[in-house]
Amino acid sequence: MTESEVAPASSAAGQAPESYESAEHQSAAPPRFDRHAEAILSVTDLKKYFPVKSSGLVRRTIGHVQAVDGVSFEVRKGSALGLVGESGCGKSTTGRLITRLYDPTAGSMMFQGKDLATLSHKAMTPMRKEVQMIFQDPYSSLNPRHTVGTIVGTPLRVHNVVPDKQVLGRVRELLEVVGLNPEHYNRYPNEFSGGQRQRIGIARALALQPKLLVADEPVSALDVSIQAQVVNLLRDVQQEFNIAFLFIAHDLAVVRHFCPEIAVMYLGKIVEIGDRESVYDHAHHPYTQALLSASPDVKQAAIGGRRERIRLEGDVPSPINPPSGCRFRTRCWLAQDICAKQEPPLLQIGKSHKVACHFASELNQTPPRPVTTGLLGVDDQGNHDAGSTPTTLSTNPGYDDEWYDLKSKSFVKA
Amino acid sequence: MTQTNGPASDQGAGHLTEPTSRQAGDSGEPFLVVEDLTVRFPTADGLVQAVSGLSYSIEQGSTLGIVGESGSGKSVSSLAVMGLHDAKRTQMSGSIRVGGTEVLGLSNDRMRRIRGREVAMIFQDPLTALHPFYKVGAQISEAYRAHHDVSKAKARAKAIEMLDRVGIPQARTRVDDYPHQFSGGMRQRAMIAMALVNDPSLLIADEPTTALDVTVQAQILDLLQELQKDFNSAIIIITHDLGVVAEMADDVMVMYGGRAVEYGRTREILVHPEMPYTWGLLASVPDVTADPDARLIPIQGNPPSLLRPPSGCAFHPRCPHTGKVPGDLCRTTLPELTRGEHGDEHLKRCHLPDPSAIYEQEILPEIAPDLVEMTVKDEFPAEVGTGLVEDSPSDDALPKER
Amino acid sequence: MFGYIVRRLIAGLLVIIAVSMVVFAIFFYGPNDPALAYCPESRCTPQRLDNLRHNLGLDQPAPKQYAEYMSGYVHGRHIASGGISIDCDWPCMGVSFKYRVNVFDYLWKRVPATFSVAIGGAICFLTIGLFSGIFAARRRGTTADKAIVSTSLFINAIPYYLLALLAYLYLVQSLSIFPQTGYFNPLDEGPMKFIGGMLLPWVMIGISYSTQYARFSRGAMVDALNEDYVRTARAKGLAERIIVRRHALRAAIVPVVTIFGLDFAYLLAGTIFTEKIFGIQGLGLAGLDAVTRTDLPIISATVMMGAAAIVLANIVVDILYSVIDPRVRLT
Repeated sequence: MTESEVAPASSAAGQAPESYESAEHQSAAPPRFDRHAEAILSVTDLKKYFPVKSSGLVRRTIGHVQAVDGVSFEVRKGSALGLVGESGCGKSTTGRLITRLYDPTAGSMMFQGKDLATLSHKAMTPMRKEVQMIFQDPYSSLNPRHTVGTIVGTPLRVHNVVPDKQVLGRVRELLEVVGLNPEHYNRYPNEFSGGQRQRIGIARALALQPKLLVADEPVSALDVSIQAQVVNLLRDVQQEFNIAFLFIAHDLAVVRHFCPEIAVMYLGKIVEIGDRESVYDHAHHPYTQALLSASPDVKQAAIGGRRERIRLEGDVPSPINPPSGCRFRTRCWLAQDICAKQEPPLLQIGKSHKVACHFASELNQTPPRPVTTGLLGVDDQGNHDAGSTPTTLSTNPGYDDEWYDLKSKSFVKA
Repeated sequence: MTQTNGPASDQGAGHLTEPTSRQAGDSGEPFLVVEDLTVRFPTADGLVQAVSGLSYSIEQGSTLGIVGESGSGKSVSSLAVMGLHDAKRTQMSGSIRVGGTEVLGLSNDRMRRIRGREVAMIFQDPLTALHPFYKVGAQISEAYRAHHDVSKAKARAKAIEMLDRVGIPQARTRVDDYPHQFSGGMRQRAMIAMALVNDPSLLIADEPTTALDVTVQAQILDLLQELQKDFNSAIIIITHDLGVVAEMADDVMVMYGGRAVEYGRTREILVHPEMPYTWGLLASVPDVTADPDARLIPIQGNPPSLLRPPSGCAFHPRCPHTGKVPGDLCRTTLPELTRGEHGDEHLKRCHLPDPSAIYEQEILPEIAPDLVEMTVKDEFPAEVGTGLVEDSPSDDALPKER
Repeated sequence: MFGYIVRRLIAGLLVIIAVSMVVFAIFFYGPNDPALAYCPESRCTPQRLDNLRHNLGLDQPAPKQYAEYMSGYVHGRHIASGGISIDCDWPCMGVSFKYRVNVFDYLWKRVPATFSVAIGGAICFLTIGLFSGIFAARRRGTTADKAIVSTSLFINAIPYYLLALLAYLYLVQSLSIFPQTGYFNPLDEGPMKFIGGMLLPWVMIGISYSTQYARFSRGAMVDALNEDYVRTARAKGLAERIIVRRHALRAAIVPVVTIFGLDFAYLLAGTIFTEKIFGIQGLGLAGLDAVTRTDLPIISATVMMGAAAIVLANIVVDILYSVIDPRVRLT
């Protein structure tokens, strides 16, 4: 096993000359988040349930893995939405639903006026040009028996984007764009290192000039120093071609560098979504706060200081039989009766900030009473309150101009 | 045993051999001493120079972090300590002394008694590291019975005790679960239980949290620190993550291309790094507090070939500072591990003159402008990392219903 | 588990019925006329042929013949054809055109011979194959390893019938190293005579089949020895033989079980070459004989038994999987 650890890197670096770096052209800052910008993808109440079969004589469906259970969000033109969460939270499933590697159970995914969720596989084919995917593992996602030229050129041929004679030229352009030597088109993936392979994967995804790129953990299999190269490359590519990104990752720090808008998922649901500043600097969901505090911070630790660390107990519960009410309550230190009885709605609490928590607040400012009682028509314990009526809450996947202000406990307008 | 066979690259390694206050034990020698270790693998393409001239030591009860990227030799060198390289396919030289015993070249049967007993190891991916066909408890008691002549019932009781110790709820019933019935975090806990069941003096943790979720990572690191206090074992933690090192390790060794390139107290390495590769590592880690609009600062190029390593300093093809070194030194001459500018316990392998000034004036302002002044004045507290924090919500605040 | 087995058995039954239909259709609509086999055209008048066909039931429409035939499998039937009248009890596979006997009785007598060949052969090839495969895997890259791999390839390159025939001619006929081969009932003629008669067939099956098992188990074992959990076992300080047996072999055996299931099923269905060359009156020879004589009932019966053996072997293999690997749940 030791040989395998050292061999790929050595063979790659041994034969390939210094990779062509595109980092020289320092680009401008990434796009700022603009909640009024036009959405290229609008996902509403997307669900994916995987059936669980019984083991009896007749195989009945006895339950469902609720991998994705009603998520709504928008990806804005040329922007990037980060989808963060731990394994099993449904973030990768969401990515695969959008690229229709899975068929959704329910919900809609509007993309350029078409609902990707209901398109037949045939009608989906032209859409696949517009929505491309980058995968996590640069080793298993490239066919080892195909040359780089074939890998990058195949989408061009399949979709008849350019005449056959021009495919090679286009492939070389693409390789140059992603910082690889364009003359290496006839090499095989095993001659490249992990970072270079991920560049090949990016070139393949770029070949069809997609409008939307779903990047599923694009850097988590790479070494730290290489991660930064690839993140920078993706940033350049995004600005050069004005591609919108759905950036799926478990690493909050990487996402923060890439995405002006971030959604945090837990057990198939979005628990918090908002612009970067709201999520990172004013996280209102305890799970987001826990995630933020758990990621190790070199520079802070080096100087002896460390942010308060929240230690979550236990593991993520099973998505077959998720906890009632709020799914995070079994690991949440704020949880009370209401959390088991009522599912907190994903409530817009700021200009571009939504959170699903009965006790939504910044860290250490937990309100004494649940903030959602008035809206849900329940009392503090989560029982139905005969005296009040539930408010109809907006289901807009984007952000409304009117939102619920936590301080005044009333709706305010922008 | 003493400095007589000390390698050339070790000349500046003051704290490696001189007794210091941190040392314990009868012989005066640290529990693990690695000297001039070289590991090579002959392959069809040539000789893979996985580890070259590596020396380090570790005391009972302390933690050494070995940092590096894939192919840096960090795992290979630790597998050598465990004697897990196939002797027929590996060329090894140098010296590895575990508790005073030379283990390099030890017969497989004698090595077997050290493995798991004196030195235990946990691996990156607990799912593949546990045998999928055997119950977790059986795998732990197997490890115990390999070194203790006890009945199966006693070993099972020991397994339950260990599972309970590492925080597996209902250990009495979970002992009969298969690994696939455990979650990722529980599997790694079980691995730790298996490693510590024989109360080893040294625990090698090879990327113990890389395969785990962030919130679970923190649990495992906490557990390791807690258990280290109880068992007073030495820990080598191998990682690519400087954040893990900052929280866990007393000493850090940064490896590149099979060699140690910087070695010293964790605080020194993180506050006053003197080797451009370490700078690169520090710079390329994004963190949740940095300016999100700033570009990440990657290390250009790719990791070195171990078949045909670069001449001179292995890092020179990727190093942006070679111009500051007179002549062609970086390309032609391998730098020795020499004393750094901040105390005897800091070693670096670099030709660069006046690295602190370059770091403080060129590097730090880019990666952490807020820390420049503190670094220059050296105002940081002496102890780094925070170890176990007591500020997490207490169990009373957690919901009763689970 | 129980539900799974029942479901698989039902599916298997459907496969067997489909097989029987295909076999039946091939013979019914094919160019063969069983009546001609009994009485070649040159010697029979058309009148006699028609009589024959009527007696054999061949003048009935195909579905009716098929239904009649299949009903025998369910509850037995009474067959009266030509001059004979046979009570064909369950499971009735019909009456041989040629021998005018109950097919089931005819074949049942041959089962012990074929099973002796299959079980003994399987023990031989598993032993030789697994031992040499594991041996080679543990010494990967050495001369011993290369010798085993190339020997296995060499034997593999020789057709089995040639190898078996040469062995018979030299070792039995010319040199008399082995006693005369054949099936001798161990109860009637003593176990020594039984083993003596089976020894060479077992050895030949053992050698011939073991080659692929050697290479297969070598590959599986090399993979298993490279697994992380084997490294963990080493790191625990276990003895090498425990690592190999308990940790690596248990994992390496999984793919071997798959091919063994099918190979064993083929052996159970009768090995034509082995039985022909070594003169063993088993199911394979019966099938061969029936094909040359267009004896439809026997052919159908052997094909059905073969199909049943393969279906059962697959179920057994799946059950074995779940026994070996606790992650496999039969649902």
